[in-house]
Amino acid sequence: MIPYIAKRLGTGVILALLVTFITFMLLSTSYQDVARTMLGPSATDETTAALLAAKGWDRPVLVQYGDWLLNAVRGDFGTSVYTSLPVAASVMQRLLVTLSIIVPALLITAVISTMLGVWAATRGGIVDRVAQGISLIGYIVPGLLLAIGLVVIFAVQLKWLPATGYTPPAEDAGAWLRSITIPVIVLTIGGVASLAAQVRGRMIDELRRDYVRTLRTRGVSSTSIVVKHALRNAGSPALTVMSLEFIQMFGAALIIENVFALPGYGSFAFNASLQGDIPVILGVAAFGVILVTVVNLATDLLNGWLNPKARDH
Amino acid sequence: MTQLVSLPNTEAIATARGAASRTPIWRKLLRDPQAVITVSILVVIFAMGILTPIIALHGPNESDLSMVNAPPGTAGYPFGADESGRDIFSRLLHSINTAAIAALLGTGVALAVGVAAGLIGGYFGRVTRASTEWLFSLIMTFPGLLLLIILMPVTGGDYRITMLIFGVLLAPGIYRIVRNLVLGVKNELYVDAARVSGVGTVRILGRHVLTVVRGPIIIAAAFMGGSTIAVQSGLAFLGVGSLAIPSFGSMIASGFRNLYIAPTQFLWPSLLLGLITASLVLLGNSLRDAFEGSKPKPSKVGAGQRVKDSSNAPAEPAPGALLTIRDLVIAYPTPSGRLNEVVLGVDLEIAKGEVLGLVGESGSGKSQTAFATLGVLPNEAVITAGSIVFEGRELIGLSDAAMRPLRGKEIAYIPQEPMSNLDPSYRVGSQLVEGLRAALPISKKEAKSRVLALLERCGINDPARTFDSYPHQISGGMAQRVLIAGAVASRPKLLIADEPTTALDVTVQAEILDLLRDLQTELDMAVLIVTHNFGVVADLCDRIAVMRQGKIVESGSADEVFHDPQHEYTKALLGAILDEATYRTDPPAQLQAQGGIA
Repeated sequence: MIPYIAKRLGTGVILALLVTFITFMLLSTSYQDVARTMLGPSATDETTAALLAAKGWDRPVLVQYGDWLLNAVRGDFGTSVYTSLPVAASVMQRLLVTLSIIVPALLITAVISTMLGVWAATRGGIVDRVAQGISLIGYIVPGLLLAIGLVVIFAVQLKWLPATGYTPPAEDAGAWLRSITIPVIVLTIGGVASLAAQVRGRMIDELRRDYVRTLRTRGVSSTSIVVKHALRNAGSPALTVMSLEFIQMFGAALIIENVFALPGYGSFAFNASLQGDIPVILGVAAFGVILVTVVNLATDLLNGWLNPKARDH
Repeated sequence: MTQLVSLPNTEAIATARGAASRTPIWRKLLRDPQAVITVSILVVIFAMGILTPIIALHGPNESDLSMVNAPPGTAGYPFGADESGRDIFSRLLHSINTAAIAALLGTGVALAVGVAAGLIGGYFGRVTRASTEWLFSLIMTFPGLLLLIILMPVTGGDYRITMLIFGVLLAPGIYRIVRNLVLGVKNELYVDAARVSGVGTVRILGRHVLTVVRGPIIIAAAFMGGSTIAVQSGLAFLGVGSLAIPSFGSMIASGFRNLYIAPTQFLWPSLLLGLITASLVLLGNSLRDAFEGSKPKPSKVGAGQRVKDSSNAPAEPAPGALLTIRDLVIAYPTPSGRLNEVVLGVDLEIAKGEVLGLVGESGSGKSQTAFATLGVLPNEAVITAGSIVFEGRELIGLSDAAMRPLRGKEIAYIPQEPMSNLDPSYRVGSQLVEGLRAALPISKKEAKSRVLALLERCGINDPARTFDSYPHQISGGMAQRVLIAGAVASRPKLLIADEPTTALDVTVQAEILDLLRDLQTELDMAVLIVTHNFGVVADLCDRIAVMRQGKIVESGSADEVFHDPQHEYTKALLGAILDEATYRTDPPAQLQAQGGIA
């Protein structure tokens, strides 16, 4: 198990190096523009060059990257060009806001999808058609429209929930819950659409397998066959889909955070990108990779627990 | 929201390839109202996009300050004007073109990169595949939308460049589809034949592989078109890129800002965007059905076997009979809805403690007869007539719950393929214990010691180790011993063994048959052995029934059938014993010529 984890972590490190390096390379072309933006309309060629030199941005790219990497390994991701706040602390703070939407959404997605998928696969007929209809709605309506539609209905018309804004849970837990409700619902509907269909498909496949028939011939109950045997075997591919979904929710959260004016990771990345705040962009990319690696590792470990074959590999 | 960057369901596309039916695809699509409607909607919308220069009343950015937030129906502004006094109708038309370009660029790049890499990764050797694999799983693990945002300083937010990059991010989905299909096709005989006859690699890839890959790619393209348009709108909604580009996203953003002043403004672009993406997804579903045929449908678990007509009187069993099957007819529905009969009036009888061999070629209905007795026919199967009486009790028409007490305890089953009949996720021992405790009211501990003893009795050298092994850790022969142990654990009165040795090595076959014989004598069970091989039943069976095309053609004592076969088919099968020894599995030539063996 330990070499296995080490191997996965190794892949994560390579991914992190690659992503940050490519981002660094691509961004290195825009330092000139950033310096001009920082200096404002009074910028001249001389002042720009002086700023570039002062920031060390005129050095060869590889040297700059090596420098950044050495500091990053020690936990120092630099400071924002515009606010001078340390990057690592700001990214972490924003990441927590986004995670507070994504984690509940993912958990609810998992529960609803499992129930809906198993229900559809073991009942068939009209139940199956209803379940498939539900997941189709989530598929065909773009999330952006869903978000706006829910805001119009629940915030503007019914005034049940706040349309925008975020309250930290430490400040007022009730207000926090209300502020994340619609974003979580939007993410959940999109998530259920693909995951429920996966669970249903896998369950149908599993229930047709030979071992299910053999268990039935021994008098094993339907409940045990469905829950203990078929669902467990269907669980491992569904888990992989879920980890991809988690990563996709990060992208989706970007738009959600914008619609609901949430101070999350996505909107942070977006503003940094608009301003060309290069240290922040690099920090966002690095934390993104770390998160992806952690999620993938967690998925693999869970998979190993669910699926004994994966354990031996 | 996740669908903004979601990839088409590649697993499902890749696993089910090739439509079963011969109807041309376009005709199938024409018959599917969902396909016809969605295609019509898309054609109308994109035709309006093409005709924009003619039908649009205003330029996309032409603003008239006197028209700011003009209500719908204003002359020259059918849907009203936005916060800058721009005609909403004209902007909608221009936005269609933006969406179309985004979809073409994104999908085009995804297809070009994905197909090329898939062909290379699938067709060439292991090393090439490993490296393409690695690269693509790398791309897949990063949140795409975030990457597009991070790269904004580089792309300048130009939606065309952004969509090109997004295309690369979508490519892994296509890559996987193509690679899997190529791997499948590569080893097929016709590709080998082409290679042997000197056809070049490029031509093989082009001709043979691309034809197979076509369907799944068209399906994926429809889904990807929807994703790219949704992503482009999402980015434009955020304000990425030039404000001069008319787009659904920027129109929705502007309408959203004006929600309280002019609530209809955000409605039009939302409706049109929703209509386009929904049509593309639904079209993708229709294409999938047309190319791949319909997927297996679920049915109610625990519903019991379907019976069409249960008015038949139960069979009158002969004295001493344990199992009596009379006139059993089993049918499967065809796609046209007609019932196709695979078992046509089978009669069988097994006395207590008797061993009956049911012999016939595959497809003759032997296994179906066995499954019907156990009550585990596949969901689609229908018993249209007949009677199965076990110890004086009619089994046909019993619910699953009513069958359950019989299974395992009274009637047990040994399958053909040992590996697929063990649940891969549980240890061998726990599966056997669960089965035993389902049949008999005993404690876990008692069940375990009984299973361990049985495993030893079934010829397993280290029972404790096998008990704690997962199925993939034991050999096929061991797995079959495990399954035999599982079947006889609760001392059933009738054991049904469906081709118990077919999947095993020749050396193991004899041992398994010996074990079955010993267990039969020890437990005094009746055994129904289903096989295609006369050699198997030769010195095991008291009686033999020969089955062909759903009917019993001959039955009698083993002696009679062996030494004085009456039916032509029996004679042919007996003649095949010799062939079996030389590993021939095809039927004798004379029968093949008659078209006798299905």
